[in-house]
Amino acid sequence: MSGLALKPGELDVSHGPILYMEDINLSFDGFKALNNLSLYIDAGELRCVIGPNGAGKTTMMDVITGKTRPDSGSVFFGQTIDLLKMDEAAVAQAGICRKFQKPTVFDALSVFENLELALAVNKAVWTTLFFKLNGQQRDRIDQVLETIGLTDQRLRAAGVLSHGQKQWLEIGMLLMQEPKVMLVDEPVAGMTHQEIERTAELLLSLRGERSIVVVEHDMEFVRSIASRVTVLHEGSVLTEGTMNEIQNDPRVIQVYLGG
Amino acid sequence: MNLFQQDKLAGWLMVTITLISVLIPLCNLLTPVDSALHFSAYTVSLLGKYLTFALLGLSLDLVWGYCGILALGQGAFFALGGYAIGLYLMRQIGNRGVYGNPLLPDFMVFLNWSELPWYWFGFNQFWFAVLMVVVVPGLLALVFGWLAFRSRVTGVYLSIITQALTYALLLAFFRNEMGFGGNNGLTDFKEILGFNIQSEGVRSFFLMVTGLILLLAFYVSRWVVQSKLGRVITAVRDQEMRVRFLGYRVEHFKLWIFVFSAMLAGMAGALYVPQVGIINPSEFSPLNSLEIVIWVAIGGRCTLYGAIIGAVLVNYAKSLLTGWAPEIWLFFLGTAFILVTVFLPNGVLGLFRSQEQKS
Repeated sequence: MSGLALKPGELDVSHGPILYMEDINLSFDGFKALNNLSLYIDAGELRCVIGPNGAGKTTMMDVITGKTRPDSGSVFFGQTIDLLKMDEAAVAQAGICRKFQKPTVFDALSVFENLELALAVNKAVWTTLFFKLNGQQRDRIDQVLETIGLTDQRLRAAGVLSHGQKQWLEIGMLLMQEPKVMLVDEPVAGMTHQEIERTAELLLSLRGERSIVVVEHDMEFVRSIASRVTVLHEGSVLTEGTMNEIQNDPRVIQVYLGG
Repeated sequence: MNLFQQDKLAGWLMVTITLISVLIPLCNLLTPVDSALHFSAYTVSLLGKYLTFALLGLSLDLVWGYCGILALGQGAFFALGGYAIGLYLMRQIGNRGVYGNPLLPDFMVFLNWSELPWYWFGFNQFWFAVLMVVVVPGLLALVFGWLAFRSRVTGVYLSIITQALTYALLLAFFRNEMGFGGNNGLTDFKEILGFNIQSEGVRSFFLMVTGLILLLAFYVSRWVVQSKLGRVITAVRDQEMRVRFLGYRVEHFKLWIFVFSAMLAGMAGALYVPQVGIINPSEFSPLNSLEIVIWVAIGGRCTLYGAIIGAVLVNYAKSLLTGWAPEIWLFFLGTAFILVTVFLPNGVLGLFRSQEQKS
């Protein structure tokens, strides 16, 4: 790696953070959903974002992924890519992928086909019409099936999977996109203890190569995966730190328990 | 019903369509009128008409069954295709009209027009008319779809504006100033490519061509829905947001299938008009477009051949009932639709499926 010859639109993480959100404001009918929110995510980091209902966690993800436009503020991917100028598809193609709160997979398609649709290839209409999987791409799908533990279910319709399996399938779909940032909204909601443990292992094994932002309510789970935790409250960052620091912070206790 | 059995059923249906569209015209042409194998010109045209409706139903199944767009204006594309070929047929009348004007159709003479409107030029050429049969519906679908899908109009709102679209065209084509024959539409056709359009030979030929195009359209459509694009539009139907976040431009995919479907509907209209001998603005009526939805619902959505079965079944019933007791036809249709929706969500094809599950 020599020089800094960067093509326009190429991801530049030379300064550390991969995702910058600065002074984001957004209100819905007078309700301030995001209030001067600033947040930085480092390349390769696994970050947990917690906060009570209505703190703006999901809205924050909507802003990053192009679903909702803020009233003011800026969101940058690396040093140079302005996410506020891109729509959902462009953000996804740039390498920011998102898992929804409610597991969202294509019920009518098989597990394999779900992953095939997510595969990182040219997604224009005519290319898609004439698309044929090659051997390398098949191997990649098999590899992800292995990672999410659904190899035996590959030909079953996604609609018949259990809740936990659907969550994993959706994480698998994110992996197929070869993302640089994964935004994961409540990955363990409705999972059994065993499934939660497996999901924690899965997310831990994925960090490093990519940054992962997890929004979660389950404190046990957050403790098991995160080195760094951000607490959101009323649309802005209340505090940031390790799980221990967070749990002993009187402001956090007040927000969560009411006071 | 697994894919293999579906394929078998579809295969048999296609064999049947081939037999009908080849054997019946042959019987008609080669046997004497009093033979038991002879079908009347009426029967031949009626079968041809059913097959054009089958093609129209197929086109709707692509957007509704597969992509989840409940388009209630499919009849508009059908009518536009019909008008495109109708213009050609009008130009072929030449000076054999009632007023004997070699250039102007009768209705224009009647309106005291002195020259053909500019948009009639080119329609004396068969190839141009055939091109317009797909280009005009395709272009309308492209513009309308681009505006609607880009603004993310979905669900019932989209259904309502497609109804409004076909209704607006109905009103426009009713006007004499539009230059498409107003209320009476286009009729009194004489010739197509120099052949008498009323002759048994031409009628038989049309049945054959309609059958052939239906087969082609079926296999091309099946290839489309089994391609990756087909899986993407199914995914759009079930989880549109997820598809966007996978990096697909959902509106482009919707637009593609919408335009493709409009072109098929235009072809169906162009095959329909010469066989029934008339096209008038009533083809744009919102009710027509609703009926197409009922054919597909009754046949069974999301299989392609279910739409073909539904279109033929319902129109056969319509022929029988409107001959026997026309006043109850709409009640019958409405009842059938409700019963199918409640008891057979997968249409008539659902009957096969549930029987298989029992056995």
